[in-house]
Amino acid sequence: MEKRHLGKFLLLAVLLFIAVVFAILNGPVRIPFKELFLEGNRQILYLRLLRVLLAAITGSGLAVSGAALQAILRNPLAEPYLLGTSSGAGLGAVLAIITGLSSFFLPAVSFLGALVSMVFVYYLSKRGNRIPVESFILSGVIVSLLCSAVIAFLVSVSPNEALHGVVWWLWGSLQMYDVKLLLIAAAIVIPSMAILYVFSQDLNAVSIGEEDALHLGIKIEKIKKIIFFLTSLITAGLVCVSGVIGFVGLILPHITRLWVGPNHRVLLPASCLLGAVFMIVCDLLARTVYAPFEVPIGVITACVGAPVFIVLMKNRQRGK
Amino acid sequence: MSKPVNIIAAHDISGGYTDIPVIKDFSLEVKTGEFLGIIGPNGSGKSTLLKLLSRVLTPSRGTISFLGEDIRRMDQRAFARKTAFVSQDTNIYFPFSVMEITLMGRIPHLGRLQGETKRDIEIAEQSLALTDVFSLKDKLIDELSSGERQRVIISRALTQEPLLLFLDEPTAHLDIGHQIQILDLLYKLNSRNGLTIVVVLHDLNLAAEYCGRIIFLNDGRIFKNGRPEDVLTYQNIEAVYKTVVVVNKNPFTGKPFVVPVSEERCRQR
Repeated sequence: MEKRHLGKFLLLAVLLFIAVVFAILNGPVRIPFKELFLEGNRQILYLRLLRVLLAAITGSGLAVSGAALQAILRNPLAEPYLLGTSSGAGLGAVLAIITGLSSFFLPAVSFLGALVSMVFVYYLSKRGNRIPVESFILSGVIVSLLCSAVIAFLVSVSPNEALHGVVWWLWGSLQMYDVKLLLIAAAIVIPSMAILYVFSQDLNAVSIGEEDALHLGIKIEKIKKIIFFLTSLITAGLVCVSGVIGFVGLILPHITRLWVGPNHRVLLPASCLLGAVFMIVCDLLARTVYAPFEVPIGVITACVGAPVFIVLMKNRQRGK
Repeated sequence: MSKPVNIIAAHDISGGYTDIPVIKDFSLEVKTGEFLGIIGPNGSGKSTLLKLLSRVLTPSRGTISFLGEDIRRMDQRAFARKTAFVSQDTNIYFPFSVMEITLMGRIPHLGRLQGETKRDIEIAEQSLALTDVFSLKDKLIDELSSGERQRVIISRALTQEPLLLFLDEPTAHLDIGHQIQILDLLYKLNSRNGLTIVVVLHDLNLAAEYCGRIIFLNDGRIFKNGRPEDVLTYQNIEAVYKTVVVVNKNPFTGKPFVVPVSEERCRQR
C-alpha cells in the first residue's frame, strides 16, 4: 500500500535537500558562493547550518505532533500548543529572567515549566482512569490562559528590560548560537517522533472513534496517555529553544493529509519531511525579505501557509 | 466439533454508565450459531447490555464469559480477534478509503509495525465482496451513502474474522431497502458461515423476521425470552410499550408482524 506513495517521498527528500542547500547559501548577508567556504566566513556558515537544522527539527516536530493530536482528539483545530505546554514554557522563561538566572539556564527552566504544565493538564483532565477528549482540550486551554495571564502580569510589573526580549522569544525565533541546545532538542524530539510512528496504526483506529478502536483491540486510554505525553514532550523540547511558532502544527498536517491521505503510517513521515521543508523555507524568508531586519517567523509561516492551504482545499473540493 | 455450547454467557450481572445500574441482576446465555435479537423500549438498557457484553463497560457485579473464559481475564486484542462490533452510525472524520477502513479489521491480528500480508488483503477483499462493496474499495468513505458506509463497517468487522458479531441498531438511519439489505446480509452470514449474531433492533418487525430468538428487555431486565412468535404477542408489546398494537402473521414467512394502532383515531371513528 505504501508503494504508491514512494514517488511522493522521493519528491519530499529532493525538496528537503534543495531547501537545506538553498537556506545555507542564502542569508541576510550576501556572500558570493565562492567566498562562502573561505576561512573567514566559516562562522557564518556554521550559524546558518545550526539554524537550518533547528528549523528542520522544529517543523518536523510540530507537524508530526499536530497530526497525532488531531487524530486522537478527532478535532481539526487540535495543535501542539493546545495542551498548554507552550505557555508553561513561557512562564518558566519569564521566571528565569526575573529571578536573574543566567541565559544559559533559561531553556532548562523553560523546559521545566513546560513539563509542570503538562502534568497539570494531565491531572486536570483525568476522570478516574479515563481522559475524556473534551476535558483534555478544556484543561489545555485553561492552563494556557492561566499561564498567559501570569506572564502578562509579570511582564507589566517588572522593570527588567530583558523581559521585552522574552515577548519576542515567545513569538518564535530560530536564532541559534549553541550547538548543545540544538543537540538536546534533537535528542528529545527525534526519538519521540520515532515512537509516535510506532503507534501509527493505533492512531488510525482512534481517529475513526474511540469505541471503534476499542473493538479493534486497542487500549485507547493507554494510547491517549502515550500520545499526550510524547506530543507534549516534543512541544516542550521545541518551545524552550525556538519559542512559539504558530500555524505549522495546525495547518501542516492538514496540507499533508490532503496530499497523502489520512493513513498515519504515511501521514506521519510525510508530515515530518514536509514540516522540515516548510520551516526551512519560512525561516529563509524571515531572514532575507527585510534584511538586515528579521521578520518574526510566525508571520511568515502564516503568510505562506494560509494561501497554500486555501489553494489545496479549493482544488480538492473541485476535484470531487 | 465439540466447542462449549455457549459462545457468550452473562451470569447475574448488573452494570451501567454510573453507579446506578441500568442492567440489573441479568443472566443470559447465547449459543454458538444463534441469531439473537434484543428489543425493548427506549431506556430499557439494550445498548448498555451490548456494551457490557462487548467489554466496553465493566459490570459492577457478576461475570461474563466468552467460550467459557471470563472476558475480564481476556486480553483486549484477543477478544477483538474473536468478536466484532458494528455501531448504529459511524461518523468518520478523516477521508480514509474503503479498503483502508476494511483493512483496519486486521489490527488485532497484526503487530504494531507489521504490514498487511497478502493473506490479510485477501481476507479484506473477501469481506468487501461478501458485503457487496468490493467495487467501492478505492472510494473515500465520505463519498458513500449511509447504506454503503454501514456495509463497509460490517466489512471491517468481518475482516476481524470474528466468531461473534455484535450490532447496535445497524439499520437505524437507513431506508427500508437498505434495512433489508443489511439484515439479509446478516442472515446469510449467520446461516451459511455460522457467524453468531447478537443484534439490538428498534424495529420489532425486522426483529421478528430475522431473529431466531428474541430477548425483550424492560427496565434493565428480561421481560420475555424466546422465539419471535412467543415474544411478540400483542399482550407483551402493549404491556411494555404502553401502546395498542395488532399482531398479525407475515403471509410469506409466517413470522409475526406488528401493526401500530392509533387510539386517537379509533376514538374519533
